[in-house]
Amino acid sequence: MKPPPFAYRAPESLGEALALLAEHGDDAKVLAGGQSLVPLLNLRLARPALLVDLARVPGLAGVDQRDGGLALGAMARERTLERSQLVRRLAPLLSAALPFIGHPAIRSRGTLGGSLAHADPAAELPAVAAALDAEMVVLSAARGERTVAAKDFFSGFFSTALEPDEILTEVRIPRLATGMGVCFMEVARRHGDFAMVGVAVAVRLEAGNIAEARLALTGVAQVPVRAIDAERSLVGAAPDPTRFAGVAEAVADGLEPRSDLHGSSGYRRQVARALVRRALAVASRRAAVHNSQRDLGEGDTG
Amino acid sequence: MSGPSQAISADEIITIELTVNGTPRRGYAEARKTLADFLREDLALTGTHLGCEHGVCGACTVLVDGEPARACLMLAVQAHGCEVRTIEGLAPEGTLGPLQRAMWENHSFQCGFCTPGFLMQITALLAENPAPSEAEVREALAGNLCRCTGYQSIVRGVLAAIGAPPAGG
Repeated sequence: MKPPPFAYRAPESLGEALALLAEHGDDAKVLAGGQSLVPLLNLRLARPALLVDLARVPGLAGVDQRDGGLALGAMARERTLERSQLVRRLAPLLSAALPFIGHPAIRSRGTLGGSLAHADPAAELPAVAAALDAEMVVLSAARGERTVAAKDFFSGFFSTALEPDEILTEVRIPRLATGMGVCFMEVARRHGDFAMVGVAVAVRLEAGNIAEARLALTGVAQVPVRAIDAERSLVGAAPDPTRFAGVAEAVADGLEPRSDLHGSSGYRRQVARALVRRALAVASRRAAVHNSQRDLGEGDTG
Repeated sequence: MSGPSQAISADEIITIELTVNGTPRRGYAEARKTLADFLREDLALTGTHLGCEHGVCGACTVLVDGEPARACLMLAVQAHGCEVRTIEGLAPEGTLGPLQRAMWENHSFQCGFCTPGFLMQITALLAENPAPSEAEVREALAGNLCRCTGYQSIVRGVLAAIGAPPAGG
């Protein structure tokens, strides 16, 4: 239960960090908040030759508004994002999901970029990134900067599009249309555990009907699942329980979650069905509240 | 710390300077040493307990720059330059702080193994929210395990410390 030996560097510039990765490639691991990597080291499931700690690289932990959306540094701590009024205003779905990650002592160290790059198939943030069409800004010494859409970023079980010489530096989250009602729900064995199934939902209503919907799930596949067909089928529909039950049924039928000691595939599908139905209802109610506040007068935007 | 042109070595001994309970401290450790082991073995602060050593039980919770952190999920080198607070820093030796006294009076702990982690997590909670509700106390403590299952008395102790009515009326 102690980490195996490894070398350690804490570069003080991004260039230095990228050079280390260029030189050591697959033998090196990036250390962000350490809340996933250090347990793997302690259990000796990971044995990197070199850890490159990004904590002393300046400029990687920003929480900024850009082009109407959010530009979040990959090293921004989950607890910082959870407390941020800017995040609450521009990406309320992210704010809703953050309290489900571990516990306060985990979130005070854990980072946005660390969670996304680790790509645990049951983690909350990858599903939120998928639902919000987040863009990952990725840097390497050899090829410079590239941007990867969330739908292309998660490539498999604990796998991403990141190459061994690349660092995820920033996550851009486009702003949703005003008036979106959001909801994040999950079922876990114990509070703070990874989700058996989690759902991230955003809904906007116009004239009482659904004008736009976002729906992503975690814990049901090797990567976060964005339910695009369900989203499309909801547009123009009334936000009624029967419709939500039908959509939830269709989403669940399309899933093939794996079985493990926490739950069978069939059980996970059943949980997904219930959560999709409930989260759509909650998000729609919240969207209706937004609209009624808007109709009551400007200046009170909730 | 050093440039990319230098050869890397897993045997390197790194100098770690940090502030612990208000006192500047220095130690020397391999990169693989966790903060928890560094506190216990190198700084002789054995109040921080290690239960699971992979971030599940919360027994090793300390404050790093004022925020609660699992000392088993942090490498000592990551704490270089940080301000760390441990159970030893809650009150002068041989005395009890107000939180400790309230929990002692409420028989909050049985075997005591999980106590340091709980107290540091509660200290962090009360620093951010001096008058938490019972639900907020339970939420904040959900990441700390007590295998004596004394949770009711732990919550009662926290509520007593903040002068709230006892749990369950």
